[in-house]
Amino acid sequence: MAQAEIATSGMTRRGLLGAAGAGLFVFFHAEAQEPARLPVRQAAPVDLNAFLKIAPDGRVTCLVGKVELGQGVMTEMAQALAEELDVAFDAVDVVLGDTGLCPYDMGTFGSMSTPLLWPAVRRAGAEAKAVLLEMASERLKVPVDRLRVQAGVVSESGAPSHAVAYGQLLEGKRIERHIENVPVKAAGFHLIGISQPRKDGPDKVTGQAKYAGDIVLPGLLHASILRPPAHGARLKSVDTSAAEKVAGVQVVKDAGMVAVLHERPDVACDALGRVKADFENPPAGPDDRTIFEHIQKTAPPPTVVKQSGDLAEGERRAAIVEKTYLNSYVAHAPIETHSATAHVEGDKATVWASSQAPFQVKNAVASALGLPPANVRIVSRYIGGGFGGKTEADQAVEAARLSKAAGKPVQVVYSRREEFFYDRFRPAATMKIRAGVDGAKIVLWDGQIFGAGDREGNPFYDIPNVRVTSAGGWMGGNPPGMNPFAVGAWRAPSVNSNTFARESHIDLLAAAAAMDPLEFRLKNLTHPRMRRVLESAAREFGWKAGRAPTKRGAGMGCGMYSNVCNATMVEVAVNRGTGAVEVKRVVMALDVGQVVNPDGMRQQAEGAVMMGMSSALSEEVAFRDGDVLTRGFDSYPIARFSWLPKIEIVLVENPGSPALGGGEPPIIAMGAALANAIFDATGARVLQMPMTPARVKAALG
Amino acid sequence: MERTVSFTLNGRPVAVKADEERMLLWVLRSDLALTGTKFGCGEGVCGACTVIVENEAVRSCVTPLSAVAGKRVLTIEGVGQKGLHAVQRAFLDHHAFQCGYCTPGMILNAYALLLKTPHPTRQQIADHMEDNLCRCGAHMRILDAVQQAAAAAKAGS
Repeated sequence: MAQAEIATSGMTRRGLLGAAGAGLFVFFHAEAQEPARLPVRQAAPVDLNAFLKIAPDGRVTCLVGKVELGQGVMTEMAQALAEELDVAFDAVDVVLGDTGLCPYDMGTFGSMSTPLLWPAVRRAGAEAKAVLLEMASERLKVPVDRLRVQAGVVSESGAPSHAVAYGQLLEGKRIERHIENVPVKAAGFHLIGISQPRKDGPDKVTGQAKYAGDIVLPGLLHASILRPPAHGARLKSVDTSAAEKVAGVQVVKDAGMVAVLHERPDVACDALGRVKADFENPPAGPDDRTIFEHIQKTAPPPTVVKQSGDLAEGERRAAIVEKTYLNSYVAHAPIETHSATAHVEGDKATVWASSQAPFQVKNAVASALGLPPANVRIVSRYIGGGFGGKTEADQAVEAARLSKAAGKPVQVVYSRREEFFYDRFRPAATMKIRAGVDGAKIVLWDGQIFGAGDREGNPFYDIPNVRVTSAGGWMGGNPPGMNPFAVGAWRAPSVNSNTFARESHIDLLAAAAAMDPLEFRLKNLTHPRMRRVLESAAREFGWKAGRAPTKRGAGMGCGMYSNVCNATMVEVAVNRGTGAVEVKRVVMALDVGQVVNPDGMRQQAEGAVMMGMSSALSEEVAFRDGDVLTRGFDSYPIARFSWLPKIEIVLVENPGSPALGGGEPPIIAMGAALANAIFDATGARVLQMPMTPARVKAALG
Repeated sequence: MERTVSFTLNGRPVAVKADEERMLLWVLRSDLALTGTKFGCGEGVCGACTVIVENEAVRSCVTPLSAVAGKRVLTIEGVGQKGLHAVQRAFLDHHAFQCGYCTPGMILNAYALLLKTPHPTRQQIADHMEDNLCRCGAHMRILDAVQQAAAAAKAGS
């Protein structure tokens, strides 16, 4: 499998060219993801992060290790390459997430595709075009400065028939030329900044898009795996004899895993129901009510996120407001559950996996099977939603182990119950804030974060006396037992919790200062980009200055993630009888730097409005003693059509700024904006997400 | 009980030898290898597995094979076989999807609505689509798309 070896980190440029087929390969850089172990070439790191290929027929293939979660990465990568190469958008095919074809990528998370990989793809396109122009110059015997390129055809200025196509230049040849520091286009874009049709559209509206659970192979068996009744439960004994009597069933017991395999997934599932298993339950643990106290008790020693000024000085001057904010465990709940289809043949393995990090899964599968990573290929083509929850892919390892044991291809598709049970939730968190104002100015901010993580814990307001500490978080490193199950990244990790607390508290300080929340923010904020999104949102929203509660039900929040600035304003109606919150309107202003694909950015922001409302008002994982009681969408309601508010997205122009990642930042301020709007409508302050009808009613008193 | 169940699938006759109590979703996806119909919950609550049986949108994960004997079944693979259907076209035009996993169910549910109510109001569309879940939050665009498809059908009729 020569193609698989191409992607192996640590190979040299020469090795890559030696292994690859005909076509042009250009190498480019995405420094932040550069594994340190890569060899050095010409005093600069050799970077195998991504490459492109131009076929003899002129079609361009862009190969990047990112995955398409729906965020539109396929489309923006095609835009970058087609723009710089001067080929038609339609002439570019994008191959994603295939470790056998694409160069190494750390994973699709952290809103990094746009700021890091996208410029690298542009540089690759620019370099490829420069090489092709050189070659065309030699072929046509015309100096480069008298050549022009249109739709992949190089011609002499003023003599359009004196021309050669990219494909003709490359036919039957392998080209190794390299030109350093070719600049990308500065202006005159024909694709960048202009909305483009989604590359994945035709596959998705016709049902042809293949997800990991859609792979059909000859002899494929479907696995249903025996699961414990609670996290921490121990299998004491198991009797699979009744399941084995079902025609066509194969039972696999492999190092603690018990699985029932059958050529039909539903038959495997039914047969698993005949397995008799006796588990020893774990000791009693926290539940969704006691968890906050538990987390504070079990959190590791805090680290200082920010310390400046003199808290005592702040305390002397300030009118103090002190509150504790809570945020519950939240699930990712993608509609596609974790899925994988594995085919282990001899010492080679191919696994189609719904994963946000196929190269990490490759190592995990290799390690589980005892194979060198070069013998493992992971394909993560289309993913049915990730939101951070498919960063790990245990199901891929399970499918691979079962395929090896059964000697046949095996598919694992988590049930909805398994999806909730094994999700790595957004961690429950407690944010304590003691802050104060002196007149219109914030003079004290003393914050303690437990469980959420430290990102955006330090307020970006101008505050002279600040201390923020953080203990434990989503990223791991928590003491055992602090969280009764795994936690992980959930769309803008840390930042939803920290923004909810900070921006709720800012409104309380505005009230203490007897000021309008917008005026109060602007009075305490010099960050020019944040001021601009606030002002833009206010203009679009038609913000009317007033001291909350005005009974209008208007609220705002602002925040930052991955250097994107977000100001969100909402209008709600609160049913005082039931505590139900209806969101009527959402205006969101975003500064995402250079906008690559305006419609794509709007899609992300609109989606974040829905997901943000959903998590802020409804979503909460119920659990007790290690068992996840939330088992399906009936007990975990997510936003649906009837929730849809009027949504207006303002993309604030920021010419000259680099492009920033926009998948996560639009969600961060929804919680606070809603809490502040509920306060504005009713005078009741809800301090815990989700702000369910019961909690709103309790706050109403 | 295992028997041969015959029905019309995407305009063509099929005969499946299987336990007739098995759910249609698995027969489509596994026995017939038509994977455009998606598994989302297995409990009939998310709508990813929506197909059309005799002009009605049904949840194939809770519809036994026996229930479609002798009937006409339409899956996403059967929509727009001679070029994109107006609903598919409208989903493309509006980018009414992100991850695309709920999309076949959304398209089929909208298709079923337009069979019965060719000119729905926006509220009728929202009500009809209410129980199809989309986690990416493409709801606004889905409503826009279904409205466009209805308008296109009106213009064409």
